[in-house]
Amino acid sequence: MTDETQTQPYNPALRESATFGRDVIHEIQRAAETGIYDIRGWGAKRKVPHFDDLLFLGASMSRYPLEGYREKCETEVVLGTRHAKKPVVISTPVTIAGMSFGALSAQAKEALGRGASEIGTSTTTGDGGMTPEERGQSSRLVYQYLPSRYGMNPDDLRKADAIEVVLGQGAKPGGGGMLLGQKISERVAGMRTLPQGIDQRSACRHPDWTGPDDLAIKIAELREITDWQVPIYVKIGATRTYYDVKLAVKAGADVIVLDGMQGGTAATQDVFIEHVGIPTMAAIPQATQALQEMGLHREVQLIVSGGIRNGADVAKAIALGADAVAIGTAALIALGDNHPRYADEYQKLGSAAGFYDDFQDGKCPAGISTQDPELSQRLDPIAAGKRLANYLRVLTLEAQTLARACGKSHLHHLEPEDLVALNVEAAAMARVPLAGTNWVPGQGGY
Amino acid sequence: MMKTHDLAVDGLRELNQALHDADTLKDAREWRVVNSDGAHNIACGINDAISVDIDGHAGYYCAGMNQKASVTIHGNTGVGVAENMMSGCVRVKGDASQSAGATAHGGLLIIEGNASARCGISMKGVDIVVKGNIGAMSAFMGQAGRMVVCGDAGEGLGDSLYEARLYVKGTVASLGADCIAKDMRAEHLEELAELLASAGIDEDPASFTRYGSARQLYHFKVDNASAY
Repeated sequence: MTDETQTQPYNPALRESATFGRDVIHEIQRAAETGIYDIRGWGAKRKVPHFDDLLFLGASMSRYPLEGYREKCETEVVLGTRHAKKPVVISTPVTIAGMSFGALSAQAKEALGRGASEIGTSTTTGDGGMTPEERGQSSRLVYQYLPSRYGMNPDDLRKADAIEVVLGQGAKPGGGGMLLGQKISERVAGMRTLPQGIDQRSACRHPDWTGPDDLAIKIAELREITDWQVPIYVKIGATRTYYDVKLAVKAGADVIVLDGMQGGTAATQDVFIEHVGIPTMAAIPQATQALQEMGLHREVQLIVSGGIRNGADVAKAIALGADAVAIGTAALIALGDNHPRYADEYQKLGSAAGFYDDFQDGKCPAGISTQDPELSQRLDPIAAGKRLANYLRVLTLEAQTLARACGKSHLHHLEPEDLVALNVEAAAMARVPLAGTNWVPGQGGY
Repeated sequence: MMKTHDLAVDGLRELNQALHDADTLKDAREWRVVNSDGAHNIACGINDAISVDIDGHAGYYCAGMNQKASVTIHGNTGVGVAENMMSGCVRVKGDASQSAGATAHGGLLIIEGNASARCGISMKGVDIVVKGNIGAMSAFMGQAGRMVVCGDAGEGLGDSLYEARLYVKGTVASLGADCIAKDMRAEHLEELAELLASAGIDEDPASFTRYGSARQLYHFKVDNASAY
């Protein structure tokens, strides 16, 4: 990905259009040549208000900080305390988001389980069912109950530590999936009861219920089947978050999983990824408000995903009301996705390390978003799991560091009062004051 | 030993727990449920080869995710009867609401009355036999398994069908995307005769038409955009 203008002498006559930039021109040319929209993986690439637009107010005079490395800042989170006999206890408020075997290789799924288990957190299945490797390597495994119901069976339901009813995904709220035929190996096809090599659509809606009243009965059915042992999560894509959260909680959810627009996907239309949904940061206050109004904040736990990258993102999400976060894209990068060691191969695919998003092609040089046996073998699940565990440790340590600076002895003690915003947009969305002022847009004057 | 469970007295949770409990089932292989009163989630998640008779109407998801059991509903049933069934047999003596047998992977679902819309939606290996009619968009995205309809089918039958096979005796209001009528060869007549016999229904297989996927939508093609 070379930028031609970088190698040319300065020429003031070369004035790029703000409307028709080179990326826009490229997309028009590509569409004109192929007659089909761009399908890709990963999440939104456009810049939207994000956690970077928030800052913590570390303690000085009016607040009292905790001593770094000496005074305890707890991180354990219990999920599903509302109804389940066996809530899920995780040692850090960072979990692994649902990603399917099919979209990812078996090695990648195993590595996710290994990494999460090493530090005592959970991982999640995806569209395509539960693999024995994944169950075997995951000390805490959340089983997704998806519209496609690929591979769904009561035996696996009972093996799960929690069940996540998926209603939407941040990258494509309202949309289903399309796993292209080149990734449908014999094993993937068998798990999904479909012929090998054909495109596999994942439905955008559940086949046997049509609204929140039905969802309440569906959740009750899942509880009956599993004898009320495990928590029921409900995952929504961030759009009409306030109402969706209220309805999901009313339907009986133990845990809400809220996926913002920066959340990743295996393959969907670029126009969908970039133009549907709301930013993660903007969605959290809406969800928190809904839970608070119902008197269930921290009793119905909130897991937030969509573009979480570092401990600051973790801490800020929690300060805005989340109980935990889930990582997907970042976890894949920790495993080895887009690593420069495969720079030459990314280039051969017309991409570059750090830019590769053609997960749908199944040619991932890192052996992660592929079903090609030779490519998959490149990923050592043990070594990749170690890298993920290291990354999860760093996220936790970073979040603790920030929380201590705010004088908090548990990450959950972080609150909106600990935050300010760098710009008006972020202040309005996160519902925290603009830095240096008491002004929260939309909430009155000074 | 036959055991009677009065839902009005002993509750749904107690029933389902008993039907899941291996110790309880050692002595009670036949169950009769009375005062069902349209309750939801009756007899769901059974994992044993027992028989359950429900004396009356059932609500949503009756016998959901059944494995091995034989469940008979002596009345009508609500949305999603036998949803995601894996094996065993579920028989509805009356009518079934929408999404009967949704996503079911195996077993046999018999509906002696009519079934509403989306019967067999996303079916993944189940056999469904309906003595009466079925509603619109039935077998939508049906992946595998067989559906037999002795009456008529509503609009959009077999829309976006994969490998499920459909046999309809009566009229079909319209076919969904990529669903076509196919020849009834000898193996299909034989298969249909076996399905009818297993459901205890006396019909002539030769009077049915077979429907299946044209397999034109198995790979995304932009020229098919209007069909998606």
